[in-house]
Amino acid sequence: MADELINVTLHVWRQRGPNRPGGFETYHAKDITTHMSFLEMLDVVNEDLIEKGTEPIAFDYDCREGICGTCGIVVNGVAHGPQKLTTVCQLHMRQFEDGQEIWLEPWRAQGFPIVKDLIVDRSGFDRIIQAGGYISIRTGSASEANEMPIAKEVADRAMDAAACIGCGACVAACPNASASLFTAAKISHLSLMPQGQAERADRARRMVAQMDAEGFGACTNHGECEAACPKGVSLEWIARMNRELVRAMVKSETPARTRNR
Amino acid sequence: MQRALTLYQTTVGKKVVMALSGGIIVGFVVGHFLGNLNLYLGPEALNGYAAKLHSLPALVWGTRILLLFAFGAHIGSAYQLWRRNVSARGSRYKRRKDLATDYAARTMYWTGPILLLYLIYHLLEFTILPAHPGDVYRNVVEAFQNPWISAFYLAGNLALGLHIFHGIFSAFQSIGANHPRYNSYRRDLAIAISAVITLGNVSFPISVLAGIVTL
Repeated sequence: MADELINVTLHVWRQRGPNRPGGFETYHAKDITTHMSFLEMLDVVNEDLIEKGTEPIAFDYDCREGICGTCGIVVNGVAHGPQKLTTVCQLHMRQFEDGQEIWLEPWRAQGFPIVKDLIVDRSGFDRIIQAGGYISIRTGSASEANEMPIAKEVADRAMDAAACIGCGACVAACPNASASLFTAAKISHLSLMPQGQAERADRARRMVAQMDAEGFGACTNHGECEAACPKGVSLEWIARMNRELVRAMVKSETPARTRNR
Repeated sequence: MQRALTLYQTTVGKKVVMALSGGIIVGFVVGHFLGNLNLYLGPEALNGYAAKLHSLPALVWGTRILLLFAFGAHIGSAYQLWRRNVSARGSRYKRRKDLATDYAARTMYWTGPILLLYLIYHLLEFTILPAHPGDVYRNVVEAFQNPWISAFYLAGNLALGLHIFHGIFSAFQSIGANHPRYNSYRRDLAIAISAVITLGNVSFPISVLAGIVTL
């Protein structure tokens, strides 16, 4: 494929810091090759901004391979942009047309306070994990690989849930800014495995309680999260989380506890 | 700070309450519709059916009390979830594109209050302040001969159809009834019930206006 150069107009959410007023600034990205990733295009724009002595656009990234869950921008109203099952770092400029206007916004949620420009604070997700996203195992020397038999189907299903990279696109896409898909994926992944049985009931109660305490909304079954998820995590896990919680509340006597934000 | 939680104090628990109370209401709506079909069998059938129901006060009042609790739980939970969901976004998106949701799901917060107003009017007109007490057939036909009242019932039942379409599908998800083999049936069931109820209920005012059902 021949190299094609395009020009795009960016409307970028700029906000100097948390709780500061924000607004859109317009930038022109010129002579962008369509082989660039979206973040490389932003790097080019930023180099230009730095040369001019202006503050570059702040955005999150780490691996740029679509596996770490650090990046995330709402591109033209869609979390991670127009390509399905793709993080914004793996989105390429060939998905855009010459002369296109592109609106860039951060994840917007009460549970994800804006740090700067397109960067949000996702430590709410960490606290949900801390609340119950762990298992108790004997540590020490490595155990035999197949010591604990796990049916292939169970391992596959647990892996489907574990595909969640915790990027927060589900929250960004949800009309209620609900963290249900993330929390459900994590609860389901561990509750399916034999290693996850010890804390199973407690995990569901604690992680749901923490999800609520973080100020995320409730699930109203729109399916926007599933559609936006770069890893294709299924709505099926939300039903499973609900089932796990009801089961835990009916079964268990110890009360669920939450950590303050 | 640490606190003990009950199921209802979680958002998931409130959705379970929405699902179960909604299920009770949909059950009543289906039964109510089937009873209304007596309209097509003439005045004796409809009035006789109504008289028979009211000769069983335990059934009538048991149903009313159950429905009162179901509506209270449904509306109360909906209000609390709505308050939370509105504030959960924080700041508004300038651009937002929906990928998966549908019209019925997006309009739940509108069709809900519309249905409450519709319900109050419906109860006032036919249950609390009927023009001809005891003559259900005459009350219904005279009311629907007024095109404004018929139009109001048409609108109310369209809202009902949208609301229970998303509601039925969503209720299964909320109570965790999800299985790859049966998931397609959840949507089929929601389409079937909401279509039958909506088309059936709007057929009553249309039949009266068209002169098929007369005094």
